[in-house]
Amino acid sequence: MFGSTFNNGLEAVVINAAALILTLAGFGVFVALFGHNPLDVFYILYLGAFATQLSIENTLTQSAPLMLTALCTAIPARAGLLVIGGEGALVVGGVATVLVGVHLGHLPPWAGVLIMGLAGSIAGGLWIGAAGALRQYRGVNETIATLLMNYIAIAIMSHLVSGPIRDFDQVLKTSSWSIPESLMVSTVPGLDVHWGLAVGVATCVILYVIMRQTTFGFGVDILGGNPRAAQMAGLPINRMVLVCCFIGGAGAGLAGTMEIIAVHGFASESLVVGFGYAGILIAFLARQNPAAIIIVAILVGGISASGGLMQRRFDLPDATAAVLQGMLFVMVLASNTAYGRFKIFQLKAN
Amino acid sequence: MTEKPAMATLPPPDVTVTDMTKRFGALVALDAVSVHFESGTFHALLGENGAGKSTLVKCLMGYYQADEGDISVNGVTQHVTNPRHAHHLGLGMVYQHFTLVPSMTVAENLVLGEEGLSSVINWKEHLEILEAFMQSMPFRLDLNRSVSNLAAGEKQKLEILKQLHLGSRFLILDEPTSVLTPDEADQILGLMRQLTDENRISVVMITHKLREVEAYANEVTVLRHGRLAGQGYVKDLTHADLIRMMIGNEKISKPAVRTKASRREIALEIRNLVVGNDKGLTAVSDASLQVKEGEIVGIAGVSGNGQTELVEALSGQRDEESGDIFVRGEKYGKTRSEMRDFGINMLPEDPLNNSCVREMSVAENLAIRIFDQPPTTYAGCLINRGAVRRHGRDLIERFRIKTQGPDARIETLSGGNVQRTVLARELAGDVEVLIVQNPCFGLDLNAVAEIRNRIMEARNGGATILLISEDLDEILELADRIIVMFEGHFVFETSRDKADVHEIGRHMASHI
Ligand SMILES: Nc1ncnc2c1ncn2[C@@H]1O[C@H](COP(=O)(O)OP(=O)(O)OP(=O)(O)O)[C@@H](O)[C@H]1O
Ligand SMILES: [Mg+2]
Repeated sequence: MFGSTFNNGLEAVVINAAALILTLAGFGVFVALFGHNPLDVFYILYLGAFATQLSIENTLTQSAPLMLTALCTAIPARAGLLVIGGEGALVVGGVATVLVGVHLGHLPPWAGVLIMGLAGSIAGGLWIGAAGALRQYRGVNETIATLLMNYIAIAIMSHLVSGPIRDFDQVLKTSSWSIPESLMVSTVPGLDVHWGLAVGVATCVILYVIMRQTTFGFGVDILGGNPRAAQMAGLPINRMVLVCCFIGGAGAGLAGTMEIIAVHGFASESLVVGFGYAGILIAFLARQNPAAIIIVAILVGGISASGGLMQRRFDLPDATAAVLQGMLFVMVLASNTAYGRFKIFQLKAN
Repeated sequence: MTEKPAMATLPPPDVTVTDMTKRFGALVALDAVSVHFESGTFHALLGENGAGKSTLVKCLMGYYQADEGDISVNGVTQHVTNPRHAHHLGLGMVYQHFTLVPSMTVAENLVLGEEGLSSVINWKEHLEILEAFMQSMPFRLDLNRSVSNLAAGEKQKLEILKQLHLGSRFLILDEPTSVLTPDEADQILGLMRQLTDENRISVVMITHKLREVEAYANEVTVLRHGRLAGQGYVKDLTHADLIRMMIGNEKISKPAVRTKASRREIALEIRNLVVGNDKGLTAVSDASLQVKEGEIVGIAGVSGNGQTELVEALSGQRDEESGDIFVRGEKYGKTRSEMRDFGINMLPEDPLNNSCVREMSVAENLAIRIFDQPPTTYAGCLINRGAVRRHGRDLIERFRIKTQGPDARIETLSGGNVQRTVLARELAGDVEVLIVQNPCFGLDLNAVAEIRNRIMEARNGGATILLISEDLDEILELADRIIVMFEGHFVFETSRDKADVHEIGRHMASHI
């Protein structure tokens, strides 16, 4: 559940911080094996992620889609499901955005963007919602289903961009038709970061309020905490699972929309860069708390942003940033078993 | 594997606890408690819910670290840091819930906990050792039976055998008899007493049943509010002494009188209900039943005869295979709005796992029935956490739930207080139909009387009550009509006036 009390929140912070430190230590050993001073590498990581306005902007740009894909795992997880379909939902959302967007050139930009956002999130929502329905009505394991659906989504997009919606004028890279230039969104005032960041932050905040302050959120916490208690309370479990899956999928679908309308302008393989998988990591790090996702996504965005710089500067293998992310993921999963172990957090003033 | 001396000739451990104090934050769960568990005695630990009994034995077993005080085993002071350590000292504990692996055989379960188990098991050799071990025990089980086919009493025996096989000679039993019939309890406790009399083991038993203390224990220690409230040899103490030590000068509430019911509509009806169990077998076969307003129908039976599945079907935790459930003549779909409109409330067995959310607070758990209605909501869909807490605080007070406060997690409550919490939630609102299974499991004397009174008062107020209980005394005390459930069938029915204990007992034991 959420750290509903101060102590629980503190426990999560301490445990995650410990996981982070252990990860850095492990990563330090890794780079030392390549003959580098770990401290130099950490410094470059910091430089690339947070030291300058430019690097901060870079980090924030990276984190924007991550906030949204993390929701795809976090919201269903609150109802007790392990969904790992963010990658597929993002692709589906992106494709839907293009399919709708190319017809909207005649509309004022705000209306066009709104409709594309709806298209992306509804497509993503239905995509993950389908996995929820398979689970509730057909007993299909949602984790396996969403994993396979990632491949299906990517295959569908590849098929579409290599034929039915291919823009043959683009010769460098197989890609789809582009949405009208008038519907592309710009950057947030004052920062060189596209609007996806604002959308991501706002979505996380809204979902935080929904999960924390509404009766729906409370019911989901009961369901996620103990499905038998939810049954006994007569809660509409199927509906709640479907809604959570839809919301999660809509988040990732919206990430797809933002990638199209703020970055690429068309669908292509560049939608498939692992935002969905990084989102799983972020959801776990944030313990499925939408507000915490914002912060964690920025942290992980920083790793992505500085990864390239680090690899180039130290001539490390291309996968180095991925190794760091992977280590972090393993550490966080392992640290989940530490909750409740330390008695200092059980003490509660009355 | 080296063979363990199944029962060495050394005397069993002699354990002394000196001035043990254990705090949970501001709460003092144990306050300078000293007990001597003498080698080879059967020692009973008594006390009301939340008195600190489980805490004391968990400190002994190394699950908790005491804040102050010493543990000495055979005269040597020990810092028991974890259960494994306790185990090396010969201390073992049997829990209230079973820890066996149901899909495995008796033999496999016995071997499972062995330390230094080699990765390849020589089964032939092992079975010989186990067979020899069984022969040395006063009670035996067929090594090849699957645990899922054992009755509750047999499982409890296996838990004890497992501890003995692992070499524990100081056995702690936390409310071991709550899952057993009185006969099974008598048998197992008798055997434990025999083993202590032969000086083969020491036993510490936590219980709420004075009868068991008087019949089987040599010595008794009573805790109250975390302090030592009395100690002595059972032979020196009278029943009244024990009660006084347990509850001080409090009075046990008198049983509520049964009034004549006025309205007599049928409110709950089950028609030809068939329910399966987890293994796909039929657990409830063709059960039909009507319960009227102002009536308590008691379903008696030995555990494992389909009661759990019946309650699950009524509570929405399991789909029936066929048949219907009607509430006030309408087909019951187990939805939240029906539960609210018809005032249906429910207490299943094992409430912590069946109807609570461990990670949530006491107040949140108390709100599970009402969280989506004013006053805990505003603007239709927003939850008012202040009101949830106030509602929790109110019920904690009215039902005297012992907790550190409404924000404490429910899993920090003592066993009896979890039961109280769920009872408070289910009995507090508008109760028209009440389905309760073993409502007094793990409750202390006073709480038992109080809860039975509340059930009787609900009945007198016109509620329709289905009481499923493995405690025949409870059924005889409360029910207007008694039905015996055996192997999924309702095999016998009698009214309260004509009820004959022996006849009921015969039907509980077998089809006639
Ligand atoms: N892990 C914990 N955290 C906080 N408080 C606890 C914890 N465990 C027990 N307590 C508190 O300590 C007190 C004693 O609990 P304990 O479980 O020892 O009672 P008990 O005598 O076994 O009662 P019961 O008969 O109901 O099982 C209770 O008030 C309980 O709420
Ligand atoms: Mg207890």
